[in-house]
Amino acid sequence: MVVETCFSSPRTDAFPAGLRVLVVDDDRTWSKILEKMLKKCFYEVTTCCLAREALNLLRERKDGYDIVISDVNMPDLDGFKLLEHVGLEMDLPVIMMSVDGETRRVMKGVQHGACDYLLKPIRMKELRNIWQHVFRKKIHEVRDIEIIHMTRSGSELFDDVHFLDGQDTTSGRKRKDADNKHSDKDLGDPSSTKKARVVWTVDLHQKFVKAVNQIGFDKVGPKKILDLMNVPWLTRENVASHLQAAEGRRHEKLCIGMKHSDSSTKDSTAGSGLHNSMNVMQDNMSNGSFSFSVSNSCAPNVDLKGHEGDRKGITSGPMAESRGTFSTNIPDPRKAKSLQISSDHSLGPVDSVVNMASFSSFSWNEIPEIQFKQEDEPLQLDDGFNQQSLPGLPHRMLTEYLQPAVSVSPGPSITEKVATSGGIEVKPRCDKYRSNHIKHSCPTEAVGESHTLNNQVFELISTTSSVKSPDIIPNRLTESEFSPRNLNEGVVVEDLQLCWLQGDCYAMNFGLQGFDCTEFNNAAMIPETPFHLYDEPRFDHEHLFDPTEYYTIDQGLFA
Amino acid sequence: MEVVQIQRRLVDYTKSLFMEGFLDGQFLQLQQLQDESNPDFVVEVVSLFFDDSEKLLNELTIALDQPNVDFKKVDGHVHQLKGSSSSIGAQRVKNVCIAFRNFCEVQNIEGCLTCLQQVKQEYYLVKNKLETLFRLEQQIVASGGSIPMIEMGF
Repeated sequence: MVVETCFSSPRTDAFPAGLRVLVVDDDRTWSKILEKMLKKCFYEVTTCCLAREALNLLRERKDGYDIVISDVNMPDLDGFKLLEHVGLEMDLPVIMMSVDGETRRVMKGVQHGACDYLLKPIRMKELRNIWQHVFRKKIHEVRDIEIIHMTRSGSELFDDVHFLDGQDTTSGRKRKDADNKHSDKDLGDPSSTKKARVVWTVDLHQKFVKAVNQIGFDKVGPKKILDLMNVPWLTRENVASHLQAAEGRRHEKLCIGMKHSDSSTKDSTAGSGLHNSMNVMQDNMSNGSFSFSVSNSCAPNVDLKGHEGDRKGITSGPMAESRGTFSTNIPDPRKAKSLQISSDHSLGPVDSVVNMASFSSFSWNEIPEIQFKQEDEPLQLDDGFNQQSLPGLPHRMLTEYLQPAVSVSPGPSITEKVATSGGIEVKPRCDKYRSNHIKHSCPTEAVGESHTLNNQVFELISTTSSVKSPDIIPNRLTESEFSPRNLNEGVVVEDLQLCWLQGDCYAMNFGLQGFDCTEFNNAAMIPETPFHLYDEPRFDHEHLFDPTEYYTIDQGLFA
Repeated sequence: MEVVQIQRRLVDYTKSLFMEGFLDGQFLQLQQLQDESNPDFVVEVVSLFFDDSEKLLNELTIALDQPNVDFKKVDGHVHQLKGSSSSIGAQRVKNVCIAFRNFCEVQNIEGCLTCLQQVKQEYYLVKNKLETLFRLEQQIVASGGSIPMIEMGF
């Protein structure tokens, strides 16, 4: 019996409030209690006591729910079967519950695709965090597609950036059509199965830029932009994210000659998946309504620090990034060298990006600091971003951080390492991180690398200057290019893909897994390791380490 | 009796229930969930618990009275009872259910019957206690007082 049904539109700015939860439990007392608890979390709750009923509800309103919480023991249908159905048909995150916590059962749940398994009695704090599963799923959903877009857009949007070889452009072009189709489709159907993902095509972006210019950089805000843009299906949220991303890109653009590495993108899109995509969590810049607390074992603190825009920054990202796109080279041979993924091709022509750069209203202030676990203290590069890497991998990443780095725009923190003039190239190396969803510049190669991040960082600084030059700027940084420059000799930048994802948060391709970010006012960039390559070691949020990594871009590079 | 006195009685009584293991932290959670929009939340939930439990106990009695006991079925009921009791924090009932399930697993009819008896006993005990508690609350409210929140270190 359905106690109540609340169908509302998906996600509002107040996410996670308004999260639409379907509770499936035949125990009346639990049903009532869960409903009450979820309501206290400001979620919208629908309850039912039969699995079949739940499936009917879900099928009737394909887009009516964000997450399902179900008891394992249901009278009509085994909870695990329900789980499978939901996963297959609706692809919603499902949380299992039971009073029985036997490991076997829990494992079974996980095997069947449950994104979490709660033991009864369930406490309210456990329910509060369920939104993370929704968010994570969104991110992953779009990730692959985004990568395609990004790689494509990188090549097509940043024509003015030199591509190292013709291959880039050609492959880029090839993908272009496919991407165009995809974006068209997305544009035409914004509420497609991958919900809430906005594909910022060139046209859309142009409108955006136009609106921004009209309003004036100082007064710009997502609402105003949205109004001017006059795109009916676009939400303020989308615009806000895009705005943040743009801010970030502007920095990048200024500092780095981004380059899109074609080959890598190609590979990455192919789904070899080993690129670490940087996820940007875009916050609603105007209201900073979205705040995440980043918590994970690796990165307990993520502090967003404000950075001055004109600080020299390091762009993390082994690869040259195209304007506004983050792409990281993934040197890993086995992986596709996915490169930079341009931000969602939302970046329009360089000019527009540059224009955006002049936004003064954007605060560059927040730059999440990622702390490396191994570091005794956060490595603060200039604005400091400390990168927290998985144990064992950290150092590499740090080395990449150049110190005086311009903080990347708060929004999308795409960690791109780019050799900047005097900057440090931060290369996200997330090799090991691959398995983790969230990885920001995980030091992929960290293995075996020295962990003297701090030292390395500085070493890097000194060496980068030499490095940076010609190879890096503005060319695509290839793995080989970087290798010598790796701080720890031979560290190759893993396939990090920094991608600016345009669109709203959900479109971001950041593997925020279990990413609990408090105090993030701005989107944090979270490089994500394409864990799908590894057949998904999905990590529960507990395992997530702070993927955010901020790379600052050295403005001087491209000045 | 003065409201203050009843309130004190309520507090002491509630604390004793916790001390004696009749109730656990989950009950406190329920109390905390109660608010103005739902002032009878706890009573409603507990009433549901009473209803469901009594049905389950009946089913269990019938199932264990069969010539060929279907232990899977019995286990299913016990599992449900365990879940329900955990929802309101009826700790002692829940604990008996755990033992009960073990007997079901090894298909020990004697053990099951003993557990059935125990669980019934615990159930009626906690039911009694909770009803007393609610009565005290009603008295307080009827006298114009407010129900004190129990602070416990759970």
